[in-house]
Amino acid sequence: MSAVELGMPSLPNGLQGVPAATEPQNRKEYVSDQEVRWCPGCGDYAVLAAFQGFLPELGIKRENVAMVSGIGCSSRFPYYLSTYGMHSIHGRAPAIATGLATARPDLSVWVVTGDGDALSIGGNHLIHTLRRNVNMKILLFNNRIYGLTKGQYSPTSEPGKVTKSTPMGSVDNPFNPVSLALGAEATFVARTVDSDRKHLTSVLRAAAEHRGTAFVEIYQNCPIFNDNAFDAIKNPETRDDAIIPLVHGEPIRFGTDGHLGVVRDGFASLAVREVADLPGGESDLVVHDAHTEDPAYAFALSRLTDGGVLHQAPIGVFRSVERPAYDDLVRQQITTAQESQGTGDLQALVTGADTWTVN
Amino acid sequence: MNRTVTIEVKQLDRVVIRFAGDSGDGMQLTGDRFTAETASFGNDLSTLPNFPAEIRAPAGTLPGVSSFQLHFADHDILTPGDAPDVLIAMNPAALKANLKDVPRGATLIVDTADFTARNLKRIGYDENPLETGELDGYHVVPLNLTGMTVESVKEFGLTRKDASRAKNMYALGLVSWLFQRPVESTITFLQTKFASKPDIRDANIAAFRAGYNFGETAEEFSVRYEVKPAHMATGTYRNISGNLALAYGLVAGAQRAGLPLVLGAYPITPASDVLHELSKLKRFNVTTIQAEDEIAGVGAALGASFGGALGVTTSSGPGISLKSETIGLGVMLELPLVVCDIQRAGPSTGMPTKTEQADLLQVMFGRNGEAPLPVIAAQSPADCFAIAVEAARIAITYRTPVIVLSDGYLANGSEPWKIPVIEDLPTIDPDFTVEPNATDDKGAPKYLPYLRDPETLARAWAVPGTAGLDHRIGGLEKEDKTGNISYDPANHDLMIRTRQAKVDGITVPPVEVDDPDGTAKVLVLGWGSTYGPIGAAVRRVRKVGGKIAQAHLRHLNPFPSNLGDVLKSYDKVLVPEMNLGQLAMLLRAKYLVDVVSYAQVRGMPLGAAELAEVIGNLVEETEGIDDDARHLGAAAAAVKHGEALADQNGHLKTEGAR
Repeated sequence: MSAVELGMPSLPNGLQGVPAATEPQNRKEYVSDQEVRWCPGCGDYAVLAAFQGFLPELGIKRENVAMVSGIGCSSRFPYYLSTYGMHSIHGRAPAIATGLATARPDLSVWVVTGDGDALSIGGNHLIHTLRRNVNMKILLFNNRIYGLTKGQYSPTSEPGKVTKSTPMGSVDNPFNPVSLALGAEATFVARTVDSDRKHLTSVLRAAAEHRGTAFVEIYQNCPIFNDNAFDAIKNPETRDDAIIPLVHGEPIRFGTDGHLGVVRDGFASLAVREVADLPGGESDLVVHDAHTEDPAYAFALSRLTDGGVLHQAPIGVFRSVERPAYDDLVRQQITTAQESQGTGDLQALVTGADTWTVN
Repeated sequence: MNRTVTIEVKQLDRVVIRFAGDSGDGMQLTGDRFTAETASFGNDLSTLPNFPAEIRAPAGTLPGVSSFQLHFADHDILTPGDAPDVLIAMNPAALKANLKDVPRGATLIVDTADFTARNLKRIGYDENPLETGELDGYHVVPLNLTGMTVESVKEFGLTRKDASRAKNMYALGLVSWLFQRPVESTITFLQTKFASKPDIRDANIAAFRAGYNFGETAEEFSVRYEVKPAHMATGTYRNISGNLALAYGLVAGAQRAGLPLVLGAYPITPASDVLHELSKLKRFNVTTIQAEDEIAGVGAALGASFGGALGVTTSSGPGISLKSETIGLGVMLELPLVVCDIQRAGPSTGMPTKTEQADLLQVMFGRNGEAPLPVIAAQSPADCFAIAVEAARIAITYRTPVIVLSDGYLANGSEPWKIPVIEDLPTIDPDFTVEPNATDDKGAPKYLPYLRDPETLARAWAVPGTAGLDHRIGGLEKEDKTGNISYDPANHDLMIRTRQAKVDGITVPPVEVDDPDGTAKVLVLGWGSTYGPIGAAVRRVRKVGGKIAQAHLRHLNPFPSNLGDVLKSYDKVLVPEMNLGQLAMLLRAKYLVDVVSYAQVRGMPLGAAELAEVIGNLVEETEGIDDDARHLGAAAAAVKHGEALADQNGHLKTEGAR
């Protein structure tokens, strides 16, 4: 019985090759029997709940979902989902997922990682996965701190941060994960927030539908070691002026009563301005186009994120462009080789061309 | 030019020939071609390529010298030979760098074109060694090979530089004539290799033929030599290098298991050729991922194994260091993974193009925690095929990472190989779990990923996509059977011991001892690429009347179950290794046997003659013969294995280089 007969929508590009579910699924089926062991109030709970609620609607077979994580609080994620999962080692999830995704076109592969896991110890794998555009979805839980090791600064902590390992303040300049991903020419780059379930789910859906690597930064609060790191964009009193919403095809306008907007500002830069001060008003604002081929545009958007203490940040899909996925190309070469040379005669191979016979 | 003297043909039973020149002179290619000609003629052979890590060190300098040694014989041989009978030196540096290895009495064919005062001074010769008498005792054949090459290809209108680059083919043609090698395969090879560059193709073929004809018509040589085909077991043979055999073996292992092969690898000397070869084999459902680093290489392989493929990674010592954590994860996940360590001289970057076997303890123990895994080692270039198939068998049957040890000598060296019948190789059953293998409290079926086969202790392996068997595994300690995270003290102890017991219980064949009349008091025990030199040394000792037993380990973890008894049945056990006694340490620790370690770490294979001397001395020592009364070692070292090529008059001597 096919999904079409059930009246289910056909699978989007990002899930081509993954077998469709034969029956509708519900959230409960995706909840594993393991007790969730994050700290009370951790933002990971919200992401997990959103994810468990979202997976059934993908319409793929549950046994064809594979979660791969590294090390850190967020990397416990796979244990709590009743899918196939691997809780691997620190920083290496994208590398392991590359092998899995390349070997298995019938799987929907998700990587769950954190700011330390993806950007510090595993930074190399992250950028190479993004440039290759391997068919996997990377969820980077960014809490701007090392939680599992109990509170050292991370590669996304703001300069001057006082932590257990930086009693006089961090002197490190942090990464902006979205800028980094765009620098690696990632084909899908988005940012969302743990506490905004609706937005989070919409971004996860867009990521799942994307063919290639989808990179999603999730602002995630750590109530124990870095509480309120994202207060500006979560607090009802400040969030309207703090969140720069990215909606494809819409002018980038935000703030109380929409008084702020994003305009072009010099060479390849963007800036936030009072709409009232613009000569053309709203018509001067940038209309968001996530499909812009040149990553410079999305990069300029990403630079609107505060590097230090967070007061303002764009949220949404920065970039979504099409480029052939690495694993598709690898498999295509195998198919091409088999079509042109046959499936291989091992006896002929090991025998080779130059032989001699002893009687 | 017509000859005025007839050419005499002399029979030889074996010859060691070495081609030496600048890194850019094409000596490896020349050696490969001479090897191919020799293999197709039916001699037994063994090769030793030796080249610097620098791609092109400055021309004419000692560090830039590259060489290729080939030993071929009308009988079964085991090593590339200790000392060349013939040295072809393409420039003064090649002569100087190699002369110390060449015993007097040997033939030196020297290209004189570069023997200018400036070039000689550059490498420390104040005077031309061809004229000072320092080569007295050698049969020196000085020839302007470069000049004759340029002359032979002038019709093609190449620049002098391009024309002179064919000098290696001229030299190859000459030596092919000298040893009566079949030349058709080289002509075909050149036609194919330079198919897109007709000028270069024709020039190389012309130079090759000119070199051959020079031997035929010039009177430099009054003798040619003949080494008859070797008597080998019946069958069809080919020549094969270790890395190629390893690549084919990995494919064969995957095919016999019915699994796709996924290689994750990062380029590293001397392992890269395995990546190159496998990348050509896509039609065999082989995926190669050239990863961003060594860690990603093994990570991709492990990820593929999680997905139900045979994951393989290939590297050398420095890369294995980087992969350690992921290999440990593989131990914990209990998934198949083949890790090939083509060892090179260390520590650190060491000497990338030189051989060594000093990674044994690294692969045995170089992981955090108790992380046992099987280790197997190839003993000859062709054996790399069988050892790769064995690695696939162990990895898949026992769900474990397996370390395959090869080394630079095996990787680049080659030997005749009796081609196996693929259909005769054992099949490997992945035995995937596709249905629940247990029931829960309420009697409902469920899957326990760490439920074990009682025989092998292999866990139940279900791959993603199998309905109803979804599960989560990871690097955290597992609860027995369920695989859930567990910090329970007793469970941890159980799991540690179970993983150890699984590896300890792997079925490996017993070690076979070669002890012809069973009266030897001394056993020489080796592993890996020392097989050839040890075997050659043992033959020498036996030839002079010494009683010596020989055994060789292909399985290093677990050891064959009869090894302890074997060790204890000899008065002395000698363990030669290209490290400071790593196997010796393992044997002492496990069996409480006071083995004698013979350690050489020079980046080169052990020499058969020096090893024969060590063995001979130990045999006599064990028999209670006083130091000053011993003769066996010296006699074994001096065994005249064959005939040297020529005396100074160009005539054969009946005895010569050892």
